[in-house]
Amino acid sequence: MRETPLSNCERDFLLKGIQEKKRLDGRQTYDYRNIKISFGTDYGCCTVTLGKTRVLAQVSCELVPPKDSRPTEGIMFFNLELSPMASPGFQSNRQSELLVTLNRQLERCLRNSRCIDTESLCVISGEKVWQIRVDVHVLNHDGNLMDAASVAAISALCHFKRPEVAIQGRDVTVFSPEERDPVPLSVYHMPICVSFAFFQQGSYLLVDPCEKEELVMDGLLVLAMNKHREICSIQSSGGIMLLKDQVLRCSKIASVKVSEITELITKALENDRRARKEGGKFGFAESIAKERITVLTREEAPLDTTDIQATADGIISKADAPPEVVPSPVIVATGTGQVGEGLENTWGLEEDDEEEEMADVTERKTKEDEVMVLSDSEEEEVVILNQDGRSKRSQR
Amino acid sequence: MAGLELLSDQGYRLDGRKATELRKVQARMGVFAQADGSAYMEQGNTKALAVVYGPHEVRGSRSKSLHDRAVINCQYSMATFSTAERKRRPHGDRKSSEMSLHLKQTFEAAVLTQLYPRSQIDIYVKILQSDGGNYSACVNAATLALVDAGIPMRDYVCACTAGFVEDTPLADLCHAEESGGGTTLSLALLPRSENIALVQMDARLHQDHLPALMEAAMEACKGLSKVLDSVVRQHLQEVSVQTRE
Repeated sequence: MRETPLSNCERDFLLKGIQEKKRLDGRQTYDYRNIKISFGTDYGCCTVTLGKTRVLAQVSCELVPPKDSRPTEGIMFFNLELSPMASPGFQSNRQSELLVTLNRQLERCLRNSRCIDTESLCVISGEKVWQIRVDVHVLNHDGNLMDAASVAAISALCHFKRPEVAIQGRDVTVFSPEERDPVPLSVYHMPICVSFAFFQQGSYLLVDPCEKEELVMDGLLVLAMNKHREICSIQSSGGIMLLKDQVLRCSKIASVKVSEITELITKALENDRRARKEGGKFGFAESIAKERITVLTREEAPLDTTDIQATADGIISKADAPPEVVPSPVIVATGTGQVGEGLENTWGLEEDDEEEEMADVTERKTKEDEVMVLSDSEEEEVVILNQDGRSKRSQR
Repeated sequence: MAGLELLSDQGYRLDGRKATELRKVQARMGVFAQADGSAYMEQGNTKALAVVYGPHEVRGSRSKSLHDRAVINCQYSMATFSTAERKRRPHGDRKSSEMSLHLKQTFEAAVLTQLYPRSQIDIYVKILQSDGGNYSACVNAATLALVDAGIPMRDYVCACTAGFVEDTPLADLCHAEESGGGTTLSLALLPRSENIALVQMDARLHQDHLPALMEAAMEACKGLSKVLDSVVRQHLQEVSVQTRE
């Protein structure tokens, strides 16, 4: 199924709103939607909800031979999947443009910025290294998949613990979690993507576009940064013209947003760690509220209602009073009939005409009769049944 | 690669260039007879071929055509012998499809596509030898090919890379400098209006260094635009001399 296109009315409405610095969900230009990070019972499993966008990341590991070019480094593998479950526009097993961009952006954000110490993943140089695989699944698409995916991936990597290994000579022993405590990955820094949507040839910009806003945007600029104010990747897309100042301004906004999100992630990790340590309840089952229909819940948009009564009164007082006189029916021209509108019924009036017509017919008949009857008398008496008046007329 | 000194104390780079110096650029336009436009580009040891077909009727499914502008179709491929290790797949892997996508986006921004509604412009680029700055070589070659095909554009699209070593921005990186793990910024610029058609950066860079790096990349792009302009003018002169005879 193809993605439902946006109607022109909706498009104009959204763009008009953006021009007036108003967004559909009542957010400000630089506001993020609510971010919720929750972890599963397994290490390295994390879901992130960003508004209604929902992303699941799962980290797994296995022992593989290293790449020839880098024999002492572990391998990082990222895979993002867009299942048709998330949006009717996504098709399974098809390399769409969106999928390629998201995958590459995730790779560049997390691998090329070297946020994970890959050398610590080496078991035996040139023979065995850990391959860390990060699978990101999009569960629900409501815009800004990139930011949600990057938060989910980095949170899952921070949460993940790999099994402990021991090396004796050339023998490698992998211990189960019961035998020895698994070890976490060494994470140097946490790069987080921040997306900026540009509208109207770059004159307006929004942070964290939702799905509708993504449909009307001209282009996207994705910046990945960490809390040390280091830029880990920049990517513009969508065929927009940017100016240098715009990029620099975006980087300033991004640094603020990233420090907020990083704090959120560390807090979520801390909460999960504490819950596990205290033997409390953790995992997705705990984080989802029970006996609640989640689909129908709607977050209240933070609308500014302080002066709404005054504005409404103002509008009412300014508006013209509704007309009290019921408009009288307009007769376009004589002879045109109107249905309804309280006019008199004109159907009865036509009865006379009908009678006249009938009379004409009888008259013609009589003339025919005259021809038929070979008589010299002009005043031939024709007998017509029923009506006297008609016979009179026919005798004219 | 940690031991490699990318910038010597005297301010010279690995291949003896200064920090802001570009590699030698050589280009030819109209290298194929069959295509509507074609160009060959050398930036140092990076060599690229670009071919343009169109604007023509939309091929394949008619549903792809746009009612108000032309569709740009890009395909990026690397020759199997272009890198030190032989490439198994010349195109179709993630990196190449990303590159194709970026080229497409760059030229969608630069070509006046609204002049050709319901049509298609094909741009095929091939890297013959890869020595860093593949994207920029492709963009520059494709620009020349588009000029050769006579397709109207807002301006030349010039692309260049820039890196950052020891607080100094380096322009037009070669493969050794790119693979060292340092910052690489690729920029596609429309030099006259200073509009950025595409920007892409890899690896870590502190926010405070970004303006300097972007400035260096933009300067490099402007330098390239002069070279491209002279190539176009020279080509036109040659063509006009030939047609006069």
